Amino acid sequence: MSKVRLLVGTRKGAFVLTSDGKREHWEVNGPHFAGWEIYHLKGSPANPDRLYASQSSGWFGQVLQRSDDGGKTWEAMGNEFQYQGEAGTHKWYDGSPHPWAFARVWHLEPSLDDADEVYAGVEDAALFRSTDGGKAWQELPGLRTHPSGPSWAPGAGGLCLHTILLDRTNPDRIFTAISAAGAFRSDDKGETWKTINHGLHSEGIPDPNAEVGHCVHRLALHPSRPNVLFMQKHWDVMRTDDAGDSWHEISGNLPTDFGFTIDVHAHEPETVYVVPITSDSHHFVPDGKLRVYRSKTGGDEWEALTKGLPQKDCYVNVLRDAMAVDSLDSCGVYFGTSGGQVYASADAGDSWNAIVRDLPAVFSVEVQTLP
Amino acid sequence: MIRVVLPPNLRTLAGVGREVQVEVAEPVTQRGVLDALETAYPALLGTIRDRSSQRRRPLLRFFACEEDLSDEEPDTPLPEPVVAGKEPYLIVGAMSGG
Repeated sequence: MSKVRLLVGTRKGAFVLTSDGKREHWEVNGPHFAGWEIYHLKGSPANPDRLYASQSSGWFGQVLQRSDDGGKTWEAMGNEFQYQGEAGTHKWYDGSPHPWAFARVWHLEPSLDDADEVYAGVEDAALFRSTDGGKAWQELPGLRTHPSGPSWAPGAGGLCLHTILLDRTNPDRIFTAISAAGAFRSDDKGETWKTINHGLHSEGIPDPNAEVGHCVHRLALHPSRPNVLFMQKHWDVMRTDDAGDSWHEISGNLPTDFGFTIDVHAHEPETVYVVPITSDSHHFVPDGKLRVYRSKTGGDEWEALTKGLPQKDCYVNVLRDAMAVDSLDSCGVYFGTSGGQVYASADAGDSWNAIVRDLPAVFSVEVQTLP
Repeated sequence: MIRVVLPPNLRTLAGVGREVQVEVAEPVTQRGVLDALETAYPALLGTIRDRSSQRRRPLLRFFACEEDLSDEEPDTPLPEPVVAGKEPYLIVGAMSGG
């Protein structure tokens, strides 16, 4: 029988949660790296026992961990993330030029077909790649040195590259998203980049339709249809059908279109999930109700999924990397909250159960479907 | 041998106990101790000093013999009791935050 393995990054360590394909009973293993912030951990599609984890701390900086046995044991890898050439400046909160400085790794994206190749999205925003299993990291500087780079400004969480999407059908194509610069696409494996923000509209920046400056929170795609991307922007849920060349809004009947996370059903490319959050000044779910919203029409028409989720006195947030879907026949959907709960649905969101309720605040959730 | 006391998070990372010992050529300086520590425990690279600038991380302090050596020049010789192994060199995480 198939198994699933959840990789949960929290404010105070990493946890590995495992279950069989029924997804009713879970074994909780952790904390790994207790006391450290684990922004993200993810397994290699080419070798599911190869995991990468970003371990960081305001005191001790960045550590990059690797496991070759599915998270049972870990080894510290290289943690030297050096910008290539003159780092230059980006815009600071007050509009002044600010030197580019590495702070942490936000997101790790293992290659689809080589377990030793992995991308890292970092703060201050840049894309790095390792081709030796995380021992050494080289920047792909074409992104940071995009002509718009000096005008990028940080979002509230920092100038972070938080989303990296690879295209199974086109190994040269990479999508990234940076808060608060926008979305970018490379068609030459990360050497050069173009902005893909046409159609985004953001109040609160001088030109609401600017080429860059949009606070994109998360991108998601279905592997079978990589030209269709879904976006949770600071405000607005968006969709593109041409790989980002143009976007249109699909917020439809959502109670609020502010949020962080977004994901796509494993077998239904038009089925999309978001967790609406009250507003940018109230980072918790609206009306004290934790509701996942699902669209089966690729956006615009959304239904609230509430069965098994608290519908009273709930004030948690769900961060951008904290939702994932498995690829079992009945698609599993998982998300973690700022209150330390990890919820699972084995029926594509129709009903939910809390796997754990009292972890530290959850930063990220990834899932592996194992044979 | 120089005795070095590590903060808890770095003990876990290096897979060691509270105190480790490293051999350092004379004159024994903070730079020499940290170089030896990182050589013996490569997982600590970048966690005490920034990897490119070699500057002390802002929220770490270096103490020995009841003195705060954090802002001393890295090549200043360490106190004799540390060199003699009678007193440890302490790497301390600042008591800030949670």
